[in-house]
Amino acid sequence: MSLEADDVKKIAHLARLDIEEKNIEGYASSLTSILDLVDQMNAVDTTDVQPMAHPMDVAQRLRADEVLEENQRENFQKIAPKTEDGLYLVPKVIE
Amino acid sequence: MYHTKTLSQLSAMLEAGEVTSVQLTEHFLKRIKDHDGEINSFITITEEQALKAAAEADACRKAGNAGPLTGVPVAHKDIFCTKGVKTSCGSKMLDNFESPYDATVVEKMQQAGVIMLGKTNMDEFAMGSSNETSFYGAVKNPWNTKAVPGGSSGGSAASVAARLAPAATGTDTGGSIRQPASFCGITGLKPTYGRVSRYGMIAFASSLDQAGPMAQSAEDCALLLNAMSGFDPKDSTSLEKDVPDYTADLNKPLKGLKIGLPKEYFGEGLSDEINTVVQKAIEEYKAMGAEIKEISLPNTHLAVPVYYVVAPAECSSNLSRFDGVRFGHRCEDPQDLEDLYKRSRGEGFGDEVKRRILVGTYALSAGYYDAYYIKAQQLRRMISDDFTKAFEQVDVIMGPSAPETAFNVGEKSDDPISMYLSDIYTIAVNLAGLPGMSVPAGFSNNMPVGLQIIGNHFDESRLLNVAHQYQQKTDWHSQIPEAFK
Repeated sequence: MSLEADDVKKIAHLARLDIEEKNIEGYASSLTSILDLVDQMNAVDTTDVQPMAHPMDVAQRLRADEVLEENQRENFQKIAPKTEDGLYLVPKVIE
Repeated sequence: MYHTKTLSQLSAMLEAGEVTSVQLTEHFLKRIKDHDGEINSFITITEEQALKAAAEADACRKAGNAGPLTGVPVAHKDIFCTKGVKTSCGSKMLDNFESPYDATVVEKMQQAGVIMLGKTNMDEFAMGSSNETSFYGAVKNPWNTKAVPGGSSGGSAASVAARLAPAATGTDTGGSIRQPASFCGITGLKPTYGRVSRYGMIAFASSLDQAGPMAQSAEDCALLLNAMSGFDPKDSTSLEKDVPDYTADLNKPLKGLKIGLPKEYFGEGLSDEINTVVQKAIEEYKAMGAEIKEISLPNTHLAVPVYYVVAPAECSSNLSRFDGVRFGHRCEDPQDLEDLYKRSRGEGFGDEVKRRILVGTYALSAGYYDAYYIKAQQLRRMISDDFTKAFEQVDVIMGPSAPETAFNVGEKSDDPISMYLSDIYTIAVNLAGLPGMSVPAGFSNNMPVGLQIIGNHFDESRLLNVAHQYQQKTDWHSQIPEAFK
């Protein structure tokens, strides 16, 4: 599996990740070598093997729908890059 | 002096009134100031809080309320959230981040009376095996400052090896406790998945991440694990299982212990000298009455490929929270929302983190999900089943922690694949969720070599027992690098 510069740009867009133009080729080549490594997986027949998402076979724990935590908006917004009136500010999305 | 003592010895000295927590804390803070310039193992030193907590610990002891860890200083890996203290995870993305809350591990250790000396350096977001991907610069190995300390818990390992802290916390996603413990000549334990809470431990690959102790001896690890483990309702994968006293079985004799040696861990790629050191350790166990059995873990060679699908996939999803909106780095003058996301992330993350986000995004994208992620999960089950079968025949599995001793700074940093392969013996243990340890077993070219001991799920007590008995017969674990004595 070989990735080209255009593939890297597409994946970087999906990941919302800015990659400098001069580094695109480098990523294409290192990603290709990682995918080559990963391709060793294909040598094994895994028909009928149940995928293992987690090391422990346990069910999701549920709890009663009760309020346990208090609102700490001011505390959490102290570390935000930009806030106003208790809201997080980002560039205008709708004109 | 105090720094040549183990955590257990310091605990006994505090109990006997031979030293106060303030004296110990001052001693280690001074050592950090005097020596950390040589190895760069700390990102933040929490002097003021440490001295205040130490005074409180001394008062608590005077009042007769002390436990075994009351007043003992320890360093935390900078992956654990610490309230009001910078928590960077080794990244520019979180360079300005002061956590509004404590990780459960931090909180539990604080309740046990542990004093935090500071936060240790690490590979950025725990992605690396050499500590060279840190935004705060590479950590150096105290045994040879040209060499890496291993990673990702490289700062924790180096600080303990240089005796700048009696012990430290670490996290292990693919070997990040065991490989640096091996490279730095200390004892590290990665517990069973679900044993220690992941709450407040910045997530890398959630189905693999697990926190554990890094210290000078198995006895020290047992004391720390007592404080760290236990059920936590705030972590949805924390297991509701009682915590035994991990120090209780340390002195059990090993006669009749069945040790499995996987033939795949002693084949191609393993350095001869490391093989010799490991074989010598096995002889030591034979002399203690253990039975040795050759076993097979036939899918070992697939562990690295499977890991480099599962870990990047989970990382790309976990790291999507870093978007420049609510906390962390934000770029200057974003043109629109997409520009804000892209540039904040592009500027905040380093190369290796970007690489893994890209691999994970690709593996999870439409049309590739089955070929990569599902396939990897199927192989993950086969790797895990190998261990299940092995543990029907043996009590513990032993082998090398890493295929070689610490390599030089810069030696592998341009070649991700050869870097990834340095975790070849540790990764499968994470995929299967098993506990594993690395124990100092000797030297090769004057650099430490670690013996890896792998146990069945929740068999930490046995691992600690097996490691402790070895440390009663050998003194590899008490060696200190000349420059830091």
